Order: sequence, then C-alpha cells, then structure tokens
Amino acid sequence: MSALAKKQESTAARLEGLALPKGGAWATEAREAALGRLQTMGLPQRRDEYWKYTRPDTLTQENAPEASLFVSDETPLFDELDRLKIVFVDGVFDAGQSDDFAGENLTIERLSDVAEADIHWARDLYGVLEANGQTPVERPLAAMNTAFATDGVVIHVTGPVERPVSLIYRHENTTSDAILHHVIKLDAGASFTLLENGPAAARFNKSMEVDVADGAAFHHVRAQGRDHERRAVTHIFARLGTESVFKSFTLTVNGRLTRNEAVIELTGDDAVAHIAGAAMGDGDFLHDDTVFVTHDAVNCESRQVFKKVLRNGATGVFQGKILVKKDAQKTDGYQISQSLMLDDDSQFLAKPELEIYADDVACSHGSTSGAIDEDALFYLRARGVPRDIATDLLVLSFVAEAVEEIEHESLRDAINTRLEGWLERRRG
Amino acid sequence: MLEIKGLKVKLEEEDKQILKGVDLTVEAGKVHAIMGPNGSGKSTLSYVLSGRDGYEVTEGSATLGGEDLLELEAEERAALGLFLAFQYPVEIPGVGNMTFLRTAVNAQRKARGQDEMSAAEFLKVIRAKAKTLKIDADMLKRPVNVGFSGGEKKRNEILQMAMLEPKMCILDETDSGLDVDAMKLVAEGVNALRDEGRGFLVITHYQRLLDHIKPDVVHIMANGRIVKTGGPDLALEVEKNGYADILAEVA
Repeated sequence: MSALAKKQESTAARLEGLALPKGGAWATEAREAALGRLQTMGLPQRRDEYWKYTRPDTLTQENAPEASLFVSDETPLFDELDRLKIVFVDGVFDAGQSDDFAGENLTIERLSDVAEADIHWARDLYGVLEANGQTPVERPLAAMNTAFATDGVVIHVTGPVERPVSLIYRHENTTSDAILHHVIKLDAGASFTLLENGPAAARFNKSMEVDVADGAAFHHVRAQGRDHERRAVTHIFARLGTESVFKSFTLTVNGRLTRNEAVIELTGDDAVAHIAGAAMGDGDFLHDDTVFVTHDAVNCESRQVFKKVLRNGATGVFQGKILVKKDAQKTDGYQISQSLMLDDDSQFLAKPELEIYADDVACSHGSTSGAIDEDALFYLRARGVPRDIATDLLVLSFVAEAVEEIEHESLRDAINTRLEGWLERRRG
Repeated sequence: MLEIKGLKVKLEEEDKQILKGVDLTVEAGKVHAIMGPNGSGKSTLSYVLSGRDGYEVTEGSATLGGEDLLELEAEERAALGLFLAFQYPVEIPGVGNMTFLRTAVNAQRKARGQDEMSAAEFLKVIRAKAKTLKIDADMLKRPVNVGFSGGEKKRNEILQMAMLEPKMCILDETDSGLDVDAMKLVAEGVNALRDEGRGFLVITHYQRLLDHIKPDVVHIMANGRIVKTGGPDLALEVEKNGYADILAEVA
C-alpha cells in the first residue's frame, strides 16, 4: 500500500464515528467539501515534510491530552482597553460573558447561527480561502477545522471601526477539545482591529479566514497563553486587495505545543502584509511558526518578523516562505527569524524559503540563533543593573523588532507589559 | 580612593599576560590621566577594574574606598561608585534610553539600601542634566545609543555618569571619534562633575583631551606597566615627541 493510501486509511479510522455538524445548505456543502479534502490529503504524519520539525500526533489523536489550568492573579490582557468582548469557554460561545454584537459599520454573527441559514454571504469565504491555501502545500488540519467547526464568529466590516473586537478564549476543562472557525470580511475602505487572547482549551484547532478588500486595513493582535500544557494549531488565511493592509502580531508564551500557520495572498497591487510573532518558551515547549506569503500583484510589500526566546529545553520552529509569482514585479519581501537561546539545551529549527519568478523584485531573508550579547550584558551591568535584570532587558530588546510591528501604541504597551511580567515571574 | 597594587592580569582564554604589575593610586578630587601607545594595556585596565569577564587576575589588588573591587560582580562595583565611560558605547535596540537609565539608577540605589527614585523625580533630574549636555528629549526616548552619532554616544555616557554620580570615574578614550566641538561639550560635562569627593582616571591617546580636562597627574603606560608618572607637562612632552623618547628613556 502506498504511503498516501496508508495515511488515508488511518485518517478514515480516526474520523469514523465523527459526524459533520448539521446546518443549512451552504454550510453543509462547505463542510462536506472540506471533509473530502481532508480524506484525500489524510491527516498529517510525522514523516510529512511540512511536519518535519513538529510532531503532529497529539494534534491528530482522538482525545485531547489533558492540560491543567494555570492559576494566576495577573490582570487579564487588554483589560484596560475599550473593546467589544466576545467570550468562548473551552471553544463554546458564552453569551453571558460577552458584550452585545453591536457596533457602527460592523455586523457580528455567531457561526452556528449563520450555518443554519440556507444562504449567507459567508459562503463566499468559509472554507474558500482555506481550500485555496491547500496548494502548493497541504494543510489538512485546516480542512478538518472547516469540516467540523461548530462555533466561531462571522464578522462583516463595512467602514472604519474604532473599537477593537476582542475574542477571549477561556480554558476551564482540562480535557476540552475545541474547534473554532472565524470569518472576517472587510469591505473596501473599511478598517478593523481584532484582538485574541487566552489559552482556549486543552487542545485548540482554530481557523480564521480574512478577506481584506481594496483599501481596507486589518490589524490583528493575539496573545496565546498561558496554560503550560495546552496545545494549539491555528491557521490564518488572508486575501488582500489593492492598497489594502494586513498586520498580524502574535505573542505566545508557555503551552506544550503551538503551531501557527499563516497563509497570506497579496492579490491586489500596492498591498501590504506584515506578520510578526514573539514566542517565549521555558521548558517543555514547542512553538512553530509556519508562514506562506504569495505575491501575486505588483508593488506589494510583505514582512515576516519572528523572534523566539528559548530556555530549559524549549524548541522553536520557523518555516517561512515568500513566493513571488511571475507578474508580481516590484515586490518588496522581507523575512527574518531569530532565536535567542538562554542555555545550551534549547533548539531552533528554521527553514526560510524564497521562490521568485518575477525579475524586478527586492527580497531578503535571514535567520539567526544566538545567545545573549556579552558586550551589551557587560554594558548594563557596568551601570549597576544586576545580571538577571540586565538579561531580561536584553530579551525585551531582542523581541522588540517583532513587537514594534504592532501599530497601536496601547496594544504594544499591553504586550510589553505581558512580556515583562513573564520575565519577572521567572526571576522569582 | 582607587588603589591598584602590583596588578597582573592575563586573558582567560589564552595564556597572554596583558598587565604586568600596575601600581596606581587616584586620590579623591584628583584627575589622573593615563596615556600610552596602542596595546599598552590601558583599556584592559579599565575593563579589569569594572569587572568585565574574560580576564584573570594573577597577582595584585585593586580597591575602591578600601573595598576589594576584584571580589565583586560588575554591578556591585557600579553600586559601590565605580563608573566606566565606554570607548565604544553599546547599542541596545528596543530599550529606551530613559528606561535603561532609570533601571540603572534604581538598581544602584537599591543595592545601597536607598529608596528608588520615583518616575516624576527621575524625569525632573534627567531633563535638567540632559539639557546641559545638549541632549534633547528625543535622544532620551530613543533606544540606547541606536542611531546616535559618535558625539551623541559619548555625551550619553557623560549623562549616565551625571545621573549615577559615581565616586570614581574611568573614561576610556572618551575623545575617540569626536570632533573639536563635541570634545569640548563632553569635557565640559566632565568638568562639571569634578568634585572634592570624586576621582577621575582619563585614558587617552592624545594630549588634546587634556587641554579641556586638566589632569593633576599624568601616567605613561607601556607594555602592561606604568613606566613614567609626572605632571600635566608630561602630556605635552608626549604630544611633542611621541612615546618613543620616553620608552627609550625608561627601557
């Protein structure tokens, strides 16, 4: 039997007994199509090239591995910001803890409601950007998400929206296995900020499809915390129109396994996409950023900035690609992935890739692994800053380039405070 | 204030003796200058005193106000009142100059058992001191030394010195990379800090810095030792005749 046939067989066994959620005509069609894609591809296995550095078994096995809850008296993230809160507990929407879905230039609906309808605009995006993102690299866990997600939000932004929408993922059950799927559509000229934070579940599979129309701007700041044993696989699929802007930043701390995939397609001229991340790993921690940016229009700019701070055996993974199609002239592509290793036990595995078919482009990429800069450490200590605090300052310095990708100052400050808190707790 | 006796130092990594018995005493209120050709051990002396890793003291002692410096961590030496103005100040992206300085000031205060300075108080003090060094608000906000010109970096060193109010200041080739105007500004900053309770050790290649920061004592260092000590005239002699004559004389 071929490897693929074997994979399909084990996938069939895994999916046996799992029923697709019931819904209206459009949702059923989308879910069945996604299930078909999943059955054809098969769930990821360790030998798959795209999963070379990250073992997928705990993400694909039948039951979520148990994850204990992390108790802390830290002020919840984004607490002081004016925002529209939408709360999910172990992957289930909680109306009682959420604000009303009301806002100017903004329509928010629950996926489970939308999926009941026979027809809805979400049909043009739900599973569509995901399916489109399955080539040239397969992302079976995203297809699984499209097939089986029952909850999530569907957001339509028709103009400028000042107040961010904040998705809060609480984790209360130590064996919860959550699948969420969000669809976000920005009309031409709209602008919108989405915040996400929380540990979500023992195991979390989350997808987000974002359609950014001409001249629209989408800002995304996410913090994946904090429970030490949680596992997550997330996908962002984004399609960018002419002169549109997409900026996404992710802070990841703790968690046993996190795989964040971003699949960005620049389809309109003069579009801008920035994807950044800072990850802090201490101990049994694996963090994987897998990014695929496709330039398919003229004069677009893309930046990937990923920083990982690793210690006590933590592992960082980066697989980043910039694909520049034949007619995507004047592309400006940048990619940097760096790890700061605070001891000899940690490792960083990076696979930066450029694939360029246009002849008039400027693309650069770099990847480094290093320890704390001794010169800088001495400089700080010579000013009286004790070694541990000096080290923390240099860690903040190291991740700064990624954090600076957050455009809004108040959000940047919130993330920095978070980082400082994480470091401080480890100073004891 | 600073007392160095028979100090012998080698590099940790290789068996190379750099300092071969340095004797030097800097009294409070005095400015001592060390001059010497490249490779004579001047910068090594400043690093060993301030506690940089990578050096091994094989003999001798160094004390500040009677306390054994060589036993202490770099940050403890700073809290004790030792300050090194770096020849090459280090750039630290992502850490604001002000944050850095406040962290340093408060870490030292804490180490000395003093109350931390409040943000408001700190701001008031730093603004006044920055103004005299022509350091604007933007430079205070920017990441430490990032994108600073050579002159700005050195002025920033002097600002740190002014904020930390050390007892003993070592200036390692503070004149390198400075034009005449920048050097004057830096020298003025240093002179403003001259005080009966404070000692200075100014390391330089050239006499011209000493036109602006007038030393009480000038030492010539060569091959890991202080080979000649004299008054300010000694610096003028070096400027006129170079090191060759002096080295020949002491050889």
